[in-house]
Amino acid sequence: MLAGCGGGDSDTIKIGFNIPMTGDIPKVGEASKYAAEMLKEDINSKGGLEVGGKQYKLEFVYEDNESKAESAVNAALKLIEQDQVVAIIGPNSSKQAVPAGGTCNDNRVPMISPWSTNPDTTKDRPWVFRAAFLDPFQGPVAVNFSAKQFGAKTAAVLFDISNDYSKGLAEIFRDEWNKKFGDGAVVAFESHGTKDQDFSAQLTKIVSAKPDFIFLPDNYNQVALIIKQAHDLGWNGPFMGSDAWGSAELMTLCGDDCKGQFFSTHYAAAGAKGDTKVFIDRYTEKYGYTPDDVAALTWDATRLVLQAIQDAGSIDSDVRKERKAIRDSLAAVKQFAGVTGNMKFDAQGDPIKCAVVVRIDENGQFVFAESVCP
Amino acid sequence: MQKYAINIAFFAGCLLIVLAAQFGMVDLYVQSVIMFMGINIILSSSLNIVNGYMGEFSCGHAAFMCVGAYVSSVITVVLFAQNKIFGAPILPPDMAVFFMPLAILAGGVVAALVGILVAVPSFKTRGDYLAIITIAVNYMVISGIENLEIIGGSRGFMGMKQVVYAMGDVVDIPWMMIWTILGTVFTIWIIRRFVSSTYGKGISAICQDEIAAEIMSVNTNKMKLVAFMLSSGLAGVAGGLFAHVIGYVNPQSFNILKSTECMVMVYLGGMGSLSGSVLSAVLFTLLLEALRPLQIVKWVIIPLILVLLMQFRPEGILGNKELSDVFPRLKRYFRFK
Amino acid sequence: MEALFQNIINALQWGSFYALIALGYTLVYGVLLLINFAHGDIFMVGAYIAFGVSVFVLGTQGLDLPNWAILACGVPLTMVLTAGVGVTLERIAYRPLRRKGAHRLYVVITALMCGLILENGNLALLGASRKKFPELMEKTIWTFGNVSVTNLKVIVIVAAFATFAFLNFIVTRTRIGMAMRAVSYDKFAIPLMGIPVDTVIVFTFVLGSGFAGLAGMLFAMSYPILEPYMGALIGWKAFIAAVVGGIGDIRGAFVGGFLLGFIEVGVVAVFPSTFRDLIAFSILLLILWIKPTGLFGVARHQKI
Repeated sequence: MLAGCGGGDSDTIKIGFNIPMTGDIPKVGEASKYAAEMLKEDINSKGGLEVGGKQYKLEFVYEDNESKAESAVNAALKLIEQDQVVAIIGPNSSKQAVPAGGTCNDNRVPMISPWSTNPDTTKDRPWVFRAAFLDPFQGPVAVNFSAKQFGAKTAAVLFDISNDYSKGLAEIFRDEWNKKFGDGAVVAFESHGTKDQDFSAQLTKIVSAKPDFIFLPDNYNQVALIIKQAHDLGWNGPFMGSDAWGSAELMTLCGDDCKGQFFSTHYAAAGAKGDTKVFIDRYTEKYGYTPDDVAALTWDATRLVLQAIQDAGSIDSDVRKERKAIRDSLAAVKQFAGVTGNMKFDAQGDPIKCAVVVRIDENGQFVFAESVCP
Repeated sequence: MQKYAINIAFFAGCLLIVLAAQFGMVDLYVQSVIMFMGINIILSSSLNIVNGYMGEFSCGHAAFMCVGAYVSSVITVVLFAQNKIFGAPILPPDMAVFFMPLAILAGGVVAALVGILVAVPSFKTRGDYLAIITIAVNYMVISGIENLEIIGGSRGFMGMKQVVYAMGDVVDIPWMMIWTILGTVFTIWIIRRFVSSTYGKGISAICQDEIAAEIMSVNTNKMKLVAFMLSSGLAGVAGGLFAHVIGYVNPQSFNILKSTECMVMVYLGGMGSLSGSVLSAVLFTLLLEALRPLQIVKWVIIPLILVLLMQFRPEGILGNKELSDVFPRLKRYFRFK
Repeated sequence: MEALFQNIINALQWGSFYALIALGYTLVYGVLLLINFAHGDIFMVGAYIAFGVSVFVLGTQGLDLPNWAILACGVPLTMVLTAGVGVTLERIAYRPLRRKGAHRLYVVITALMCGLILENGNLALLGASRKKFPELMEKTIWTFGNVSVTNLKVIVIVAAFATFAFLNFIVTRTRIGMAMRAVSYDKFAIPLMGIPVDTVIVFTFVLGSGFAGLAGMLFAMSYPILEPYMGALIGWKAFIAAVVGGIGDIRGAFVGGFLLGFIEVGVVAVFPSTFRDLIAFSILLLILWIKPTGLFGVARHQKI
């Protein structure tokens, strides 16, 4: 599975993946790995990636970062120093992406985090990019959409305090909502811990505050439990979610309770067209479930790197020069058509792309409701 | 001369590592593994004071590491780095070279003060009740920091890399490697002195029989206070090093799992064996890195190895012996106690 | 006022799970003085066994029995299988160490490691996908004003009380219970009295793990999402509950479990929920400060 140390031979391109296969979120690592494997087989079965008239085979190296910050740094260093990769995809969550981004930037290796939403990951780091949109963009999307869709004046928020993604989004949402409807328009602002399974106390507080809807920027597994428990407590109002809902597992876990809810995400799986649909169908056929946003974002991030390699025009046998070439052409990417939509990059290496609001319909499909572009 | 042979060999070894790092003979990955090894040695040997020599059962060691990491990071960042909240550096960044060890020690001191939170209940409580207090302190520290918005809350805190660069700008040598090695040597030295001092005899007496020790005029409360504070203070030093090596801290990095790792290292090496703790920290770090390619299976294999080891050596690698007890010839060169 | 009643019900349900798991901790501790840190993971395995039993053996992909029959056969089957897991751990990991006379804390570390093996072995075997537990019971929601209760919540609370009553009866009123208390009192003198220590210990593990299986099944029905790490956090917290109640005492574990449930729910209800862990654990620290041996614990007098 892993090739020997040192530089590979000249006909292969080595890309590293720094992903969580164990720890808190193994599913995320699995989805990333599956998407990458699919892409690799695609390209290698056609003879490899064509750069400057020559075919290069791809070689992907997967390192488990165990969902730990120190392990992510070590994994990044191992990929850089021992495996001599030309670029790194991942880590996914910000807890690992921020320190690993620092490591990659110091060692001048291009890194793309598919999923991290913390601004610090890419800030002042010319070698670090990301494929996901940032919280400061997604928050207002949720605010504007739910104000219009539900005709809401008051909102309640329930978020995960140990998860910086969830917490960041919740705070941005609260500030935006209060700005729009005056202070106190967020009638309840409650939190829970990462591995909690019972949310009834928080929900009791929320339900008795009588908001017009509940904003739930949370991972899909907790979403399923929270919505069920809210219904048990007699809540019948709507929920608004964020991109972490966008997993195929959401509907298997949540069932009827989630139908009719809305969330903002990177792409709508149902009713997708073109490349996106091809990607979704093939992934579903191969691994048996609809790809979630991590899979789609990893696919995009990896394709971005490959595109950058092609744009550079030729492969330099010196790894350091090749990394520099990839970084320069990544920074020069003006427009990229990914399965999660078209994206451009700003000066910080963050993508400018549209968010989609989807509705979960009666068949459990994520149906397109609205597209919001910056 | 023979008495100093090991000391000299040891310092030569450390110097060799630093030189190798300086001239690029070992790559950054190996350097980082060596630094984590040092940090793990500090963690396991400092926990060994409480769990090994004193025979208590503390399972919240990561809490003190967390406090040390945050305090020393905040000090260095406020003093030497540009930060969103704290603004421009107060002192010229060049001075970081001198203040770095002080900042890390300050982290250790604050962690030692937090250690009182555990030490004072230990006057009345023993055994598994004390274990709960330590777990509770671990949860409280993490929860407290998550609620402190000024140092980033659950977003984590960063900026330490700038300080490390500032040191590199003064003289370009592997600073963090040097500080880690110094920290490790300092820890081992101080623990070795401690356990062979009157205090060390006192806490061994507490381990054997607390009431008898009390009657034999051992001031058990004072002994416990000192032992807990030393243990947690050194964990704070480890935390400060950890924060500056990684350049980013997040409260969830110091959760109960981290504490579990510390405990595993102590019991793997043997309770009350300093060289055992060092040995097991080195082995454990190497094992973690060597088994990386196994991915998920790694975390089945590692516990399995430990369980099997316990079956064959139910007292850890060295038991309560030191290296010199196992290989008596070493005594000619070095006295471990 | 309604929120108060609602929260009391919430706390009763959540406390029931803490109590059920804490009972398992305390049984093993009471007899062996061993903190069985793998107990939270045995609970997780119990939930997975319940899932396997009710889907692949009795449910839609096996015998395809009606829901009531799955429940009726599933509960004992899950309990028996989970007890098997607990006894296996005792046989292959703890007993050899005990025979060798290893220090108590080494057995505790072995237990921790066994827990890790169960968690990650599960992850490696079954993959990272979370499992959805089938709905075995028609859910009914009763509302009184703004207070709502589901039939499942009532069953969970009743089950916790029934388990407590049953275990309390076994420990205080039966011969084997007397043997358990005797082993706890003096491990060295008891074999001389002709009491088979190993049998008593195996029986303890059967009881503790069996009821962890029951807790796993009930938990999976109430929170129908299963993942390999689900037992870790609740296991640690249940251990805390058991100790605050006074570890080694059945009443202590039961009261401690509900106490922790009430504290957690109460803190969220009164304070901002971001401070939950901080305040809840401070309260527990205070309790231990005032009563250093837990609520029901008795200070053991040491002989010199």
